[in-house]
Amino acid sequence: MSEEKKKKESEGVSTGRGIGIAEILSLLDKAKELSLEDVEIAAEELTFEILPVVLQAAAPQPTPAAPPAVEKPLELERLTYEPPLETYPGEIAEVQIGATSKEGGTRSRVIKIGGEKAPPFYRFQQPTPWQPVVALDVFGVDILPPLPKTIKEWYKDVLDDRAAWAEKCMKEYGADLVTFHLISTDPSLPNSTPAPEAAKFIDEMLDKISDPFLVGSAGDPVKDLEVFKEVAKVAKGEKLVLASVTIDMDLETSAKLVAENNLDVIALAFLDINQVKELNSKLLDYGVPKTSLITDPSTGGLGYGIEYTFSMMERMRLAGLKGDPSMQIPISCAATNAWAAREAWAKVPEWGPREYRGPIWEAVTGTLGMLAGADLLMMMHPLAAKIVKKAAEILSKHGLKEDWREIPYENWVAMKI
Amino acid sequence: MPKILRPMDVYKYLPGTNCGKCGEANCMAFATKLIERQVSIEQCPEIFEPKYKDKLKAMLEVLRAPVKEVTIGVGERAVTIGGKVCVYRHELTWYHPTAIAIDVHDEMAEDELIKRVKQVEEFVFERIGMQLKLDMIALRCVSGNPEKFARTADLIAKNTSLPMILCSFDPNVMEEALLTVGSKKPLIYAATEKNWKEFAKLASKYECPLTVSAPGDLSMLKSLCRSLRNYGLDDLVLDPGTYPVGDAFGETVNMFTMLRISAIEKNDADIGYPLMAVPAAIWALSKDEDEANVKMQESYVSCVLMARYADLLVMHSMDPWVLLPVLVCRQNLYTDPRVPLAVDPGLYEVKEPDEMSPLYVTCNSALTYFLVKNDVEAAGSGWLLCVDTGGISLQSSVAGRRFTADMVAEAMKEFGALEKVKHKTVIIPGYAARISGELEDMLKDWKVYVGPRDSTAIPSFIEKVWKPEVSKK
Repeated sequence: MSEEKKKKESEGVSTGRGIGIAEILSLLDKAKELSLEDVEIAAEELTFEILPVVLQAAAPQPTPAAPPAVEKPLELERLTYEPPLETYPGEIAEVQIGATSKEGGTRSRVIKIGGEKAPPFYRFQQPTPWQPVVALDVFGVDILPPLPKTIKEWYKDVLDDRAAWAEKCMKEYGADLVTFHLISTDPSLPNSTPAPEAAKFIDEMLDKISDPFLVGSAGDPVKDLEVFKEVAKVAKGEKLVLASVTIDMDLETSAKLVAENNLDVIALAFLDINQVKELNSKLLDYGVPKTSLITDPSTGGLGYGIEYTFSMMERMRLAGLKGDPSMQIPISCAATNAWAAREAWAKVPEWGPREYRGPIWEAVTGTLGMLAGADLLMMMHPLAAKIVKKAAEILSKHGLKEDWREIPYENWVAMKI
Repeated sequence: MPKILRPMDVYKYLPGTNCGKCGEANCMAFATKLIERQVSIEQCPEIFEPKYKDKLKAMLEVLRAPVKEVTIGVGERAVTIGGKVCVYRHELTWYHPTAIAIDVHDEMAEDELIKRVKQVEEFVFERIGMQLKLDMIALRCVSGNPEKFARTADLIAKNTSLPMILCSFDPNVMEEALLTVGSKKPLIYAATEKNWKEFAKLASKYECPLTVSAPGDLSMLKSLCRSLRNYGLDDLVLDPGTYPVGDAFGETVNMFTMLRISAIEKNDADIGYPLMAVPAAIWALSKDEDEANVKMQESYVSCVLMARYADLLVMHSMDPWVLLPVLVCRQNLYTDPRVPLAVDPGLYEVKEPDEMSPLYVTCNSALTYFLVKNDVEAAGSGWLLCVDTGGISLQSSVAGRRFTADMVAEAMKEFGALEKVKHKTVIIPGYAARISGELEDMLKDWKVYVGPRDSTAIPSFIEKVWKPEVSKK
């Protein structure tokens, strides 16, 4: 057994390759269609094309260095590169967050997300209609979660004033909006905040800040709905985003609440594409307008499942563009979950300063989400938020002036560092 | 859609003698591994016999991925890049993880150079049972002096077995280095519109892979590739230019995306080659005076371009905090999406536990395992029993009756957990609270503790609940 294999086994990592093509194929003989953990292959699609390629000399056996035997052409054959164009039958819905007085709310501005007609940032196919937006986390009512020190630092002067905290996020740190997380409403806490009191807090925030925002719940299927019901009373017509509704909640009541009060909602599923589909379909069926729904398949941070999130979001977005209505929904990504990784916050000298590690970790998590299709990024570290917001802007631009080609890229070879 | 090969597609071109010289039981077994890219065609000695010439040619054609495999270097640390058959990793899998090269140049002091080369060679970061490493040395010609460049290349070759990228646009400089280290199959960087004829001859003469560089001009890139292919070269790497600063970074991502889609979805064979990104270029192009900012950007740009199909990255910064996100990003993106991430069921030791360390039970989903393991570690040492739930997460397993009292009791016996601890207590996850009564009945004089729902609360649970009670006994 190789060293690496031994090591893997002692760590408990399966060294087997799981189901490979050989197995898939033998299964295919038995069933017309099969679905594996994360792959679905219809038997009809298993046709194989031989590529039109020019082959090099046959056997890759080592031969002594020698000039080419035959005189070969050394003329430049000029070709034109054509971008790989594609049109898609489907289109992602456009969702507006916030409503102005003209629209029945009281917000001074609104935010739009979604509307894509092509995969994320495929500007050679379609311009990005609305660039992805960043929502920084603010915590509601009176308690705070255990925040990493490297994050807390940035908010230390506003920790006691939620409205000031929100203002700082938007004005100083460039966030498009904020989320007030009502974590104190968690019923498992000894002094859990009652729903009406949480709504009162939201009402105050509506008064104090004029921007649209998200209302985050504590994650209890019964209590969350109570909280949302009370919040809906004070936020009617505002198109605030209720974050989130999950599969184990009373979906019919939740959907009515959103539709009747002109609010938006995030439908949160747990890394399961079928659950995403079911949840979105049900909410749409129960009456949530397509222009009010945002979908969140759960985010595993960098090093902790980002590959699942990345591929799930890519699949969702492609399915939507191909015409699946339950996937034609803007996607939300909680990049905040990057902080679950020790690499983001732990004080380990040989990994270098955590002040740098943390924000990169969160920024990379958010950006991978964005490259896979996320329209709304929920974030925590101001620096990470800034990086992601800048990237969203840069990646969404199109029709750039040609002078970028003048940048002396090739100078890297001879640079004196 | 990816090109999915069946074993029969290649089997029919194999000799069919079942000679076993490849180490496999028969030709069919070899064919199966060939399409999974677990073995390479060179391992079949018979097919290189003249009588199989036509079969070999046909087979190579069938096996060729829309993004060609290109091997750089020789020996154990030779690196193969490319071999991509799908744009989206969920369609099949991304083969051949992005290779990471670190730069050095020919005006560095000798000891400094050797030190850096050794650092690159020995760099390793252990994570989830894998060793994350760096792959190559990119030698840049700063001096413009052929002898100096060749001497430096030779020095590197003498000090490491890592593959090299030789970087210079000057054919004289390149040839001098190739005379010395050409047999090590370095990647030549780069053929451009100006020098491509000379570089074509060099790549052909020394049989080395060649980078084709046409910054910001994909038509020129395609034209150069076609011309080099006409000349007979096929081990190419594409450099469309990496502009890591400002709006041009958007164009960089755009070019990488277009090239990969054209190669795979549109079967454009002229550009069906691996992509090279140079995040190190930020050091030549950024105007930011703050070094930490530039490093942060280099790290970020590397991750983004890896997600957008870069098969090879040239980086400058070697700080662990710069490399860590890039290496972890690679580890994540290059896992096989067809394999459910599971750990083997069993009893794991966390930080050398003894008979008085707590015993925890969880499922065998790899993500759960690693998260819980971290939290058990934070609480001190412990025994961690992973019950076979088929790699399914805990919540779903409990709901789906794949994490029952029966199964936990059985696993405790099977993996010897009962004999490992003296305190006769076991901690089950908060989400499995409902099995605690039944489990206690099954384990007779054992006590079952219901731990927290979220494993991050394990340390406080141990301090506040478990320790006070267990040490009382």
